[in-house]
Formats: sequence, C-alpha cells, structure tokens
Amino acid sequence: MSVDTATVAKIAALARIKLTEAEVAGMVPELNGILAWVEQLGEVDVTGVEPMTAVIANTLRLREDVVNADPLTGGGMRDAVLANAPAAEHGFFGVPKVIE
Amino acid sequence: MSDVTELGVAAIRDGVAKGEFTAVEVAQGFNANVAAAQIALNAFIVATPEAALGAAQKVDEARAAGQPLGKMAGVPIGMKDLFATKGVQTTAASHILEGFTPQYESSVSQKLWDAGAGMLGKLNLDQFAMGSSNETSYFGNVISPWKRKDGGNAAMAPGGSSGGSSAAVAARLCPAATGTDTGGSIRQPAAFTGISGIKPTYGRCSRWGIVAFASSLDQAGPMARDVRDCAIMLEVMSGFDPKDSTSLDLPVPAWEAALSGDMRGKKVGIPREYRVDGLDGDVAKSWDQGIAWLKDAGAEIVDISLPHTKYALPAYYIIAPAEASSNLARYDGVRYGLRDLPDGAGLQDMYAATRSAGFGAEVKRRILIGTYVLSAGYYDAYYTQAQKVRTLIARDFDEAFRLCDVILAPTTPTASFGLGEMVSDPLAMYLNDVFAVPASLAGLPAMSVPAGLNREGLPLGLQIIGKAFDEQGVLNAGLAIESRAGFTAKPERWW
Repeated sequence: MSVDTATVAKIAALARIKLTEAEVAGMVPELNGILAWVEQLGEVDVTGVEPMTAVIANTLRLREDVVNADPLTGGGMRDAVLANAPAAEHGFFGVPKVIE
Repeated sequence: MSDVTELGVAAIRDGVAKGEFTAVEVAQGFNANVAAAQIALNAFIVATPEAALGAAQKVDEARAAGQPLGKMAGVPIGMKDLFATKGVQTTAASHILEGFTPQYESSVSQKLWDAGAGMLGKLNLDQFAMGSSNETSYFGNVISPWKRKDGGNAAMAPGGSSGGSSAAVAARLCPAATGTDTGGSIRQPAAFTGISGIKPTYGRCSRWGIVAFASSLDQAGPMARDVRDCAIMLEVMSGFDPKDSTSLDLPVPAWEAALSGDMRGKKVGIPREYRVDGLDGDVAKSWDQGIAWLKDAGAEIVDISLPHTKYALPAYYIIAPAEASSNLARYDGVRYGLRDLPDGAGLQDMYAATRSAGFGAEVKRRILIGTYVLSAGYYDAYYTQAQKVRTLIARDFDEAFRLCDVILAPTTPTASFGLGEMVSDPLAMYLNDVFAVPASLAGLPAMSVPAGLNREGLPLGLQIIGKAFDEQGVLNAGLAIESRAGFTAKPERWW
C-alpha cells in the first residue's frame, strides 16, 4: 500500500497537524519509503497468533469507586491542573469561540 | 583532594558517607563541569546548580547530625528532560512544551531525591525521545565528547534518544543520569559513548510523570560509568507505584549486594540471526571477544535462534508511532505548552496551527505514520499484524530462554556516526536500533556495557538481554564483561 498527496493531506487533517502543500509533497515519498519497508510484516505467518496486549503479565488494578479513595491518585487539584494553561479564566480552560 | 568528578556513584556515596569529602564539594565540582561544557556539548537544556547544591547541603547536614543517609546520598545526577520535575521546565526537547513547568514530580525522580541524589539539570534528548542521534531536539544537537582519531574534527552523535544523558556521563558532567528506553534509547547512546546503561523489565520503573512516547514500550533506567553504579541507581528508581497502571507490584531486589561476575553454571545464548550480512568487522570482533570473556568467567556458550528478529524493527515502526500518535494527541494548545492562535481562527484551526508550529519534523512524520496505520481500513493490515508479530518475537525469547540464562549480542550495528551523516535517510537511522528493539518489544531487561574501541577510536558496546524480572542476571553478566574488558578509555577533553 502506498499513499498519495490526498491521503497524506487527509491523515494530517485527522492528526490535526497543518501542513503546507510543499510539506505534504515532501512527506509522500518519506512515508511511502517507511510503508514499503514495514510491508514485509505481511509475509509472517500469524495463523492462530493473538495480538500482543501486555508484554509482562499483569492484572489491572481497580480502586474503590469513591472520591479520593487513594489520595495518590485522587483529585482536588484544579489550580495545579490549570497552572500551565495558555489561557485559563474563572477556573476553566479558555479556548477560541466555537461557532458552527 | 583528587578530582571528585572522576568518581562514580558508588565512590561518591561511600566517600561522602566516610567524610572523605562533602556532598557540597561534589556538587560544586560537577556544577563547574556542567557550566564549562554547555556551549560545546549542549548536553543540558536547563542547568540547575542551586538544586544540586541544595540537595548536597541537606546530605551534609544529615551526616553531621548523625542521621542515616540514603542510597544515593551526595550523588548529583542529570535528569533526562522527559521526567516531570516540579517547578523546573520540562520540555521533552520540543517547542510545544517550551516553558511547561510541572506542578508535580515524576515518581522516578522523586525516588532519586528521596535517596539523597541532587539534580544538576535537565538533559537534552531527541524530541519526544524520537531519534537515535540527538539531532531532533528543538534545543539543538547534543555533541558527543568523543572524536574519531583520524585527526578530523567531525562532531559525533552521542546516540539517542538519551543523548544528553550519554554525553554528560561520558564527559564527566555528571556521575550518572536517568534515561528512558522505548526502542534502545538507553542502550544505544550508552554504547556510542563508552558508558553503561540498563533498561529494566517493563513495569519495574514507574512511568508516572514521564512524558509518554509509546506507553507499552517506555521504560526508565540508569546510565552510569559502570555496572555497580547502574545497579545502585536502578534499585532506587524501581518499585511499585499505584499511579502507573502497568507498574509491577513486586519487591525491588538488592541488586548491588548480589553482584557477582562469576558465570559458572550459567548459559549464555548467542542468537544466530544477529549475525546480519554486512555486520561491521569491529563490531563482530568485539562480539567474539565478549563471548570469550564470558567463557573465561565460567559460562557455557550456546547457539540460539530468534527467528523473527528481522521483523522486530518494522513491527516497532508501526507500534511505536501508533501509540505516539495517540499519546501526543494531548498537545492541543489548550491545557499546557504552546498555543498558536492565528487571527480569527476557530478551535480546530488552533489545534492544527499549534501542532504544526510545536512539533519537529521527525515527530510529525511519526504521528502521521501512526495515524495512518490506525485509520479505518488499515488498522488490521498494519497495527493488528504488527502486534501479532510482536507476540511471535516475545515467544522467540521464551523459547531461547529454555536453553540459556542470558543472551549476548552487540548493542548497535556500528559505532557512533558523524552528526548529519544519517539525517537525510530516516530508514537508515531507524536501522541503528536493529539489535536493541527486539528486547523492548518483549519487555525484557537489557543492558549495554562498554567493550572497547573500534579502529576509529570510538566506543563499542555489548548488549546483555535477560529473562523478565532477571535484572540480576543481566547485571552479573555485564560485570563479568566489564571486569575483563578493562575499559578505561575516556574522551580527551577538547570542550
């Protein structure tokens, strides 16, 4: 499989990365080079093989379903969460007006 | 007093404890080396001399008061700028995080401070840890302290992504540094600069507070001058953390105390698939030398096969970008970091403009690859297939470890290369991690130790891969090589 300029422009839009036409054109051969190389995975016989989900067997832990059951993973940190926001007002993240 | 900056972790810890020198003297010595090398090597994004001094003062006071000292008391270290450090800018070497000042401390760095270590500064790296030469940082290339002995003056790559860490340790700017390894980012730079580095079993070190690249692969680990120093630091960095859902809930073994280079009764596997066509002659020779050293240490050498080796790198370059495209979706210009808001732009335009301005070329390339392989219609052909191949690669190791205790291989297919020599060809750059990636995909502990110099006078590393949870076996084989290699070469100071 290979990509053309339209496909690259589409995935750039999906990835929310603005690219100029020249950047899209430059990216096409680079991505095609990488995709042609990963294509060799197709020759591996994976019949009956499960896709990897965890490299080291581990069980997913659950904490009690109450507020701050574990203070290490708990909440109550609004101001710290907002401290690095480019625009924060009244305890909220600020974004440009969204008018559809 | 001799130069304390020639000392490693164990020697500094013991010297401070015995009162041979103070922790403040050590911090001052390394602070001076950091400052003197900054322009030439660019190993640090931010130096924090006052943090190093502050931690050292606390250690000296604790010792004077007769209080017990931590496992790394008085040891100043470099912190890869991928670890969130409270109140100190954390960038992942990307413009998109420039100015980001975490309100929290990563679990691994907190453990190091709790053990009495101090921070010399935040180390440069490849942007978002994506690269093998430290040429993708927004804050400029890191220059290796090593030079070819051809009389030329070419700037050499310190490896990547932990290139600031490797350059700083090799140049005696710090006795040890943190690294992270997603597909070789501790081992390859360690090999390029003649130092040691270990990536533990996936889950040993908490990922909490480490800027995420590919979460199923990312592991922190120490980079230092020798095996003992790595063991000491890995003990401090490891341990269960409820804030990381994949953290291993296991006790941390006393790796340093159990160090032994005696390999009698141990079997060392030599994977035949790593003898790739065109393997560099010096690399092949150092591998043979490593085999002889381990035999001398009493080990039995056995041939093993890891049949899916050649598919590891292409699988990695689907899985890692796929996870990266998802992880890096968080950089949206809303919550932290850069915001690029063109006049009259709406929310979607702001996202796209911010990410275009903030991410470097290699990061964009990988996000696009990741987005493509996860997109509708391609997911099974690429991503699911790669995850199945990953299962087979892990199975190869399971089979091999029925026949041997550890695996010995080169760390990299070549020694360090000159900056700029590989940038025009992303695929050639990716191939530098061909020997490092399989252990990452299988979540296994693996380390690189210096083996010698090649004909150009550049360091070569040997890699030891162990069974899951058997960091001890890896460290011990590393020690057996280290004590026979007698590697004392260091870069001549030109900076």
